[in-house]
Amino acid sequence: MTAPVSLVGTVGIGRRIRDAAFRGLLYAAVGVALGTLLVLLVDTVNQGRPKIGMDLYRNFPSARPARAGIQSAIYGSLWVVGLTAVMSLPLGVGTAVYLEEYARRDRWYTRLIELNIQNLAAVPSIVYGILGLAFIARGPLGWGPTIRTASLTLTLVVLPTVIISSREALRAVPPSLRQGAVALGATTWQTVWRQVLPGAAPGISTGSILAVSRALGESAPLLLLGGLAFISFNPPAGPAALESPYTVLPIQVFQYATDARQEFHVIAAATIVVLLAMLLLLNGAAIAIRNRYQRKW
Amino acid sequence: MVIAVNDLMQLHRPASTPPTSHPVVMEAVGLSVSYGAFRAVRDVDLAIRRREITALIGPSGCGKSTVLRCFNRMNDLVESARVEGRLTYHGIDVYGPDADAGEVRRRIGMVFQKPNPFPKSIYENVAFGARVNGRRSKAELDELVERSLRGAALWDEVKHRLRASALSLSGGQQQRLCIARAIAIEPEVLLMDEPCSALDPVATAYIEDLMHDIKERYAIVVVTHNMQQAARVSDRTAFFTTEVADHGDRRTGVLVEFGRTADVFSKPADERTERYITGRFG
Ligand SMILES: Nc1ncnc2c1ncn2[C@@H]1O[C@H](COP(=O)(O)OP(=O)(O)OP(=O)(O)O)[C@@H](O)[C@H]1O
Ligand SMILES: [Mg+2]
Repeated sequence: MTAPVSLVGTVGIGRRIRDAAFRGLLYAAVGVALGTLLVLLVDTVNQGRPKIGMDLYRNFPSARPARAGIQSAIYGSLWVVGLTAVMSLPLGVGTAVYLEEYARRDRWYTRLIELNIQNLAAVPSIVYGILGLAFIARGPLGWGPTIRTASLTLTLVVLPTVIISSREALRAVPPSLRQGAVALGATTWQTVWRQVLPGAAPGISTGSILAVSRALGESAPLLLLGGLAFISFNPPAGPAALESPYTVLPIQVFQYATDARQEFHVIAAATIVVLLAMLLLLNGAAIAIRNRYQRKW
Repeated sequence: MVIAVNDLMQLHRPASTPPTSHPVVMEAVGLSVSYGAFRAVRDVDLAIRRREITALIGPSGCGKSTVLRCFNRMNDLVESARVEGRLTYHGIDVYGPDADAGEVRRRIGMVFQKPNPFPKSIYENVAFGARVNGRRSKAELDELVERSLRGAALWDEVKHRLRASALSLSGGQQQRLCIARAIAIEPEVLLMDEPCSALDPVATAYIEDLMHDIKERYAIVVVTHNMQQAARVSDRTAFFTTEVADHGDRRTGVLVEFGRTADVFSKPADERTERYITGRFG
């Protein structure tokens, strides 16, 4: 006689309840986060609706609500974030490549560098603002309240994140690929350049875009670094922009939102919507890159 | 047991037994490798000969892969690895001050256990070695790719899709692509670490035939867990095992026996060899 076959679960009812409860808790956590975001978004769009339109883009910041826009802030943001990307990408990816592919992990200085990068990633951006004020805006560099000051400071802000996410992308490239290249006589540099970096490129760009998009939303350090609210001209095209005074979207939001007049709050909300749209665009690009180049090894 | 060993010898191709000894290409004398404080394998004496296939066999963890990785200095990639003893290529110290690891690897190619084609086209996989080792014209590359793929018995299957991704190939085809890639740099020695362990019997037979066909041009060293395979393809066999080290509780690999495959399998000199071989067949 064989025992009848049964597929009825033998896990105790208590455990199943606990499992269900835990799962419920997780859904609730996700729900709260998404819900808050949605409410904020809808509220902001509603509030800013009267001002969302071409006039917002066409006009420059002004103390008169009827004529106030954000054109110079949009271009200022593009310049500052663009330069930040240009500076932080090579530096960050280079550092990540050094740490992952060249540095000897058993050396004390490698561990010191790693520890420092982890810690720097957690430093509040206002601290970088103070640093930038002392060493870049004034002090040794003395660049004043210019776009290059803002970009260099923001580069310091996002650099740790770029390094950490690039390292993760490099680590995701299977060692067998490196071994295959090295076994064919490739040098470390050839291996990195021809196999590892192409393999890690999607991960690096995704992580870097997300890191750089942080620079787009930063206002604290730039308020310290002399970003001005009422800039009635765009940064000049070309290298002269580096030395131009500037404003950026977060500063504009800060300026308009803290004004006592109700009309300015509407403009602030509309500016937030523009800022969010740019952020979503960047994050969307990151997701698109990730999906497009998702690799199977 | 006796029957098993006799069966085995029938598997062995008589034709592949060299009438005379071929010249030695690589030689290990008193080779020992440690990972940090742990000595993985010690005092290995081996001679690798041209036109012969040398099989490294033995239980898991006895250091076969470790020894194999010494031959083309792949152990350099392991930070904790330390190599002692002497390893020579045509009498030149592979770990000597004048030896460049890249140059060593160009002369001593390697095929890995798991097929590891680059996520590029079939063509680019084969051309990679040539590209990193100096520029060549398009025509030269084309010719090299075809010759190498023919050499690895893969040409007819892929000649119409050289630009397709190497990852679209089957596992057995990928492994032959890795062989093509390795022979494209025209090495003198070919190291293979369990090249068939990820393959089905048909693909395995393909690779074995291939090894047999190309051994005229290379000195081949193959690690295998498959006794039949060692008996079928190899001319010489090195049997490793582990023994408890004098101090510490981890086991260190040692070379027990090294000789002509026919001898090692039919009349092993050491009883540990006999026990391992018969155990694997019995
Ligand atoms: N990178 C490494 N770092 C530390 N120890 C290692 C490393 N590689 C191998 N070892 C150790 O060295 C010993 C020999 O390993 P090796 O891989 O050479 O054995 P093997 O004979 O190839 O085994 P298998 O048949 O399972 O492949 C093992 O004890 C293993 O744990
Ligand atoms: Mg092994």
